[in-house]
Amino acid sequence: MKTLLRRLLWIVILFRSVREKPPEVPEERLVEPVEPRPGAELLVAGLLVATAGAAALAVVAYGLDWSTQAFGGALAGALVLLAAALVVAAKTFIPDEQLDEEYPPEAHPHEEREVARIVRESGQGITRKRLLGGAAGLAGGALGAALLSPAISLGPVFDTSQLNESPWRRGVGLLDDKGRPWRADDIDDGTFYTALPEGADPKLIGSPLILVRIDPAQLHLPAGREGWAPEGIVAYSKICTHAGCAIALYRNPLFDETEPGRALVCPCHYSTFDPAKGGTVLFGPAGRPLPQLPLTIGPDRRLVAAGGYSGPPGPGWWGVRSP
Amino acid sequence: MRHDPVKDPVAFIDQRTSTAPLLRKALRYLFPDHWSFLLGEVALYAFVVLVATGVFLALFFEPSLSETVYRGSYEPLRGATMSHAYKSAVDLSFDVRAGLLMRQTHHWAADIFVAAIVVHLMRVFFTGAFRKPRELTYLVGLTMLFVALLEGYLGYSMVDDLLSGMGLAIGYAVALSIPFVGGNLGLLVWGAPYPGDPTFMSRMFIVHVFLLPALLAVLIGIHLALVALRHHTQFRRSDPRASERRLVGVPAFPGQAPRSLGLMAATAAVLFGLGALVQINPIWLWGPYETWLGTNGAQPDWYLGWLIGALRLVPGFDVTIGSATIVPNPFWGGALFPLVVLAVLALWPWIERRVTGDRAAHNLLDRPRDAPFRTGFGLGFLTWVVLVFFAGSSDRIFVFLGVSYTAQVWFWRFAIWVIPLVVAVVTVRWCRALQRVEAVEAQRAAAEL
Repeated sequence: MKTLLRRLLWIVILFRSVREKPPEVPEERLVEPVEPRPGAELLVAGLLVATAGAAALAVVAYGLDWSTQAFGGALAGALVLLAAALVVAAKTFIPDEQLDEEYPPEAHPHEEREVARIVRESGQGITRKRLLGGAAGLAGGALGAALLSPAISLGPVFDTSQLNESPWRRGVGLLDDKGRPWRADDIDDGTFYTALPEGADPKLIGSPLILVRIDPAQLHLPAGREGWAPEGIVAYSKICTHAGCAIALYRNPLFDETEPGRALVCPCHYSTFDPAKGGTVLFGPAGRPLPQLPLTIGPDRRLVAAGGYSGPPGPGWWGVRSP
Repeated sequence: MRHDPVKDPVAFIDQRTSTAPLLRKALRYLFPDHWSFLLGEVALYAFVVLVATGVFLALFFEPSLSETVYRGSYEPLRGATMSHAYKSAVDLSFDVRAGLLMRQTHHWAADIFVAAIVVHLMRVFFTGAFRKPRELTYLVGLTMLFVALLEGYLGYSMVDDLLSGMGLAIGYAVALSIPFVGGNLGLLVWGAPYPGDPTFMSRMFIVHVFLLPALLAVLIGIHLALVALRHHTQFRRSDPRASERRLVGVPAFPGQAPRSLGLMAATAAVLFGLGALVQINPIWLWGPYETWLGTNGAQPDWYLGWLIGALRLVPGFDVTIGSATIVPNPFWGGALFPLVVLAVLALWPWIERRVTGDRAAHNLLDRPRDAPFRTGFGLGFLTWVVLVFFAGSSDRIFVFLGVSYTAQVWFWRFAIWVIPLVVAVVTVRWCRALQRVEAVEAQRAAAEL
């Protein structure tokens, strides 16, 4: 039985070898040969297994919600190991060939000429090139305008008058950011306060005010602003006239000898305004003074606007008129 | 028929697409072997990480300015009124598992994406790789840099924290400052006077997550296709085969593929490692934005630092006629300055061609010393931009070292013009000296033979 099987196997092998073609002449190699590096292969295999391990650890870290550091660190570790495996492979058993080849030709003069000829010859039946060109340009321009015109819906493009609007009018009360009215006695010397308009959107550029109290003897407001600062409380637009950030710094030196005088400062580009002189620019890139708001002390000692700003609030634009 | 696991799928594809000849060529496309050629690849892989992490973030971020009260797990903000946009970004950081990793990795990847592009641009500039026949590749790359800046700015502006708000206010002021159209442009983009129409958030969102990434993807495709059509540049080297007409390099397959994939894994590893271990833009500390809030020491991402510096350095004046403003101040630093930088870089291949009279096609790269005029101008120009960037951190220098801010600004207002000139002149002379040394060395070598 065993010998029978063995013979059958022999017959099969004989048949297959007869059917197979004679071995071909080996083709010329396309890729340069490299020395086998079993050690390096083992190292790369090890790095890939370690990659899998680190990735698995990342999954566990995610699943058990360990921490951002654990999950992300394991993920980064897996990627580092993968990078190491690839680089080791590239440096060892993957062929490192330095091949050379011709650059593509600098130009194809024949084809260039033929393309130009095809275009020219195709247009030879046209006698009124300028007329057709003009009409096509007109059609293209008008169609483009028609297709783009809905973009105007994005905003009130032509109504630039809104840009420097402000809700401040005579009689509008000053509120804090919780909606409580500011009273004259709330305003201390030496710090600043933010005020928002009663009954208006506080987010508008024309809304926020910065309030400081300055000894009336040290106030030198421009002419025509007499009575704008009751008890020395001055109010300016809190939005910098340079780039629209909120004025959030008040320099109020205790010792005049060591520091320059008091100033309202914008933290974005350090435009510096003088609150004692009507918000004039002391330093920095701002080109216009801070608009001042005339104040009055109303019933219950509430602070109330006595009119509108001295100039347009917020950053400038090409139509802004300053007084 | 015998089954061949490699040839069969190739045959399947080829017999349906007729692309075997193309594939055969692509496998043996040559990459010159030099580390500086990998800088662009780092940018590409950072973009891949940006898309991957960005998709995750977009699944959780709510681009809405409608207000809500925070009730999430970050104690200090509980009870605060904020937009859904800011709330969802804080939730991503604390209540979505892996959300903080994705947010931080996304932010790091953006910073490194731009950095890799800038360093890649410097390599291309200082080696003259932008010359004919590669001017279009260069222009597409430059476009991508500026698109990436806008994309990054929109990314951190959407979060609606205090930093976002301050950045958007400045962006609005810069838009408004453009002469004759600024007011209209600002209203068009924001939909209403600042802080704008509620739909402004949706506009930023669609531009950040779809329009600009799609534009970048298309430009990356064009950039790579242009590189491949003309093949890579190469350095002059000792290999005698390399010349203006013959390229020496490693084939895409098998040589370059594992290296490039390894670089991708390494780039992703660094970005995820940073995202996991190094905090960036902790938005929960900034708090929600309101028009009337600002904070001292707010810093934008590094790639906008040059614009902050320029905005701060310009002396305080608006161009006016009578009482009417024509050019408000932010125009100079926020709009004109970056436009000048873009224009100079974009026109440089043609400026250089006119100055040197060299109109030939070049496949061999220069070393910086080989082109003293280009290197001198480039280094002076770079110094100009970098000094403006440094000037933007004068407030930090004041905080750390106590040097008067005003004095620093006055110093920079002059130094940014003087120092680049000095750098340019010294560089040109240095390049010439290096050339002379090489000429002497060559003579001596010839004499000793």
